Amino acid sequence: MCKDLRIESRSWEMISTIVFFAASCVLVFSFALVREGRPIEGVAPGIIWISVAFAGTLGLGRAFERERHYDALRGLMMAPVERSAIFSGKLLGILLLMGITELIIVSVVALMFQVTLFERPLYLIALLVTGTVGFASVGTLFAAMLVRTRSRGVLLPVLLYPITIPVLIAGVGGTFALIQADPNLDLVRFWIATMVFFDVVFLTLALWTFELVMTE
Amino acid sequence: MNSKLFLGLMIVGTFMFVAAPVMIAQAPYESTMGLIQKIFYFHVPAWFAMFLAVFVCGVSSALYLFRKNPVADRLAESAAEIAVLFGVIGLTTGPLWARKAWGVWWTWDPRLTMALILEMIFLAYLLLRWYGGPGSDKLAAGLGLFAMANVPFVYISVNVWRTIHPTTNVVPSLATSAPGMFVPFVWCMVAFLILFIVMLAARTRLEEKRAEVEQLYLSLEDV
Repeated sequence: MCKDLRIESRSWEMISTIVFFAASCVLVFSFALVREGRPIEGVAPGIIWISVAFAGTLGLGRAFERERHYDALRGLMMAPVERSAIFSGKLLGILLLMGITELIIVSVVALMFQVTLFERPLYLIALLVTGTVGFASVGTLFAAMLVRTRSRGVLLPVLLYPITIPVLIAGVGGTFALIQADPNLDLVRFWIATMVFFDVVFLTLALWTFELVMTE
Repeated sequence: MNSKLFLGLMIVGTFMFVAAPVMIAQAPYESTMGLIQKIFYFHVPAWFAMFLAVFVCGVSSALYLFRKNPVADRLAESAAEIAVLFGVIGLTTGPLWARKAWGVWWTWDPRLTMALILEMIFLAYLLLRWYGGPGSDKLAAGLGLFAMANVPFVYISVNVWRTIHPTTNVVPSLATSAPGMFVPFVWCMVAFLILFIVMLAARTRLEEKRAEVEQLYLSLEDV
């Protein structure tokens, strides 16, 4: 992960492209969903989470790109460290990347759709963190598995979206409950709890299967 | 599977499917829904068979991942295909009924949503199998395992929306309230179960033979 961070900090390639992608994603939604200068009510949570999912997929697709050249993945696999450490490193990198992107997405949506997203920042952060961890842990595993296949660019979202639908439902549901004038905090807590469970189960499964699927 | 057992099951299954329409036709009409209710005799068993297939796929995927057993791999692929097939039956019969009973082809009811998501997951699984290229068996096994683990989450997350689907506890109460409906229902349930087993056995065997042929080609090249 340190290596990825170092390359990233020197080139800023991933972060700048993905942040720009996320911003244009929000912009596209704005044009689709704003009528006569006023946004349709209640669409903001959906826009946030769809943009997060899209940007996340883009990031995940590139996560193992550097290793693909010169057979570096094999070298990484042969390194005398636990396989789970490699997975965790990649996951942390993706989480950081998605976290920065989410910061931009949320700010842009709050600005453009006039929603009160920052009234209860802790709940919003909890929603975003739990959702991102769930999405990224499944996504990192799938991205790693797909490195060697031909049509990985298409297959990643095809496999990832159906599996992570619970995260999407929970994220949108939680955010929607949060931005109401009279927020239903019980519901928000319920969705956060659901996502925490999802995270625990799928993080465990991913760590467990990563070693098995990455062996030749 | 033993070929005698397979043949026997096939004969019983064929007989049951031939007899099923007669039994369904003789079953009494449901008081409010009338004729349209009879689609349940195929709709519910199809979903039942699909969930069974999902379960078989998940378990054998896990077995393949941890034990590297090629039989489990073939079983998982066959089960996934069957899951998609029965899912299509369920997704076709469901809207046909819903159009009459609810007035719409589709609503975002939890059960419908969940069925659709499961269908999507297994279609993705098949896409991976077909276009994944070499090494896709392990990826598919991972996906199968994840799909099974995902079922409770999909269930919980879609259930928080309110449901209008007839609940499953209608079925056990049929035995006492309407024996005329209960018998054909169980009949169809068993028929679909047999169909499921027969198809799974046949499909797995096909895959087995395919692997054998591949092995033969490989050994031929070595000579």
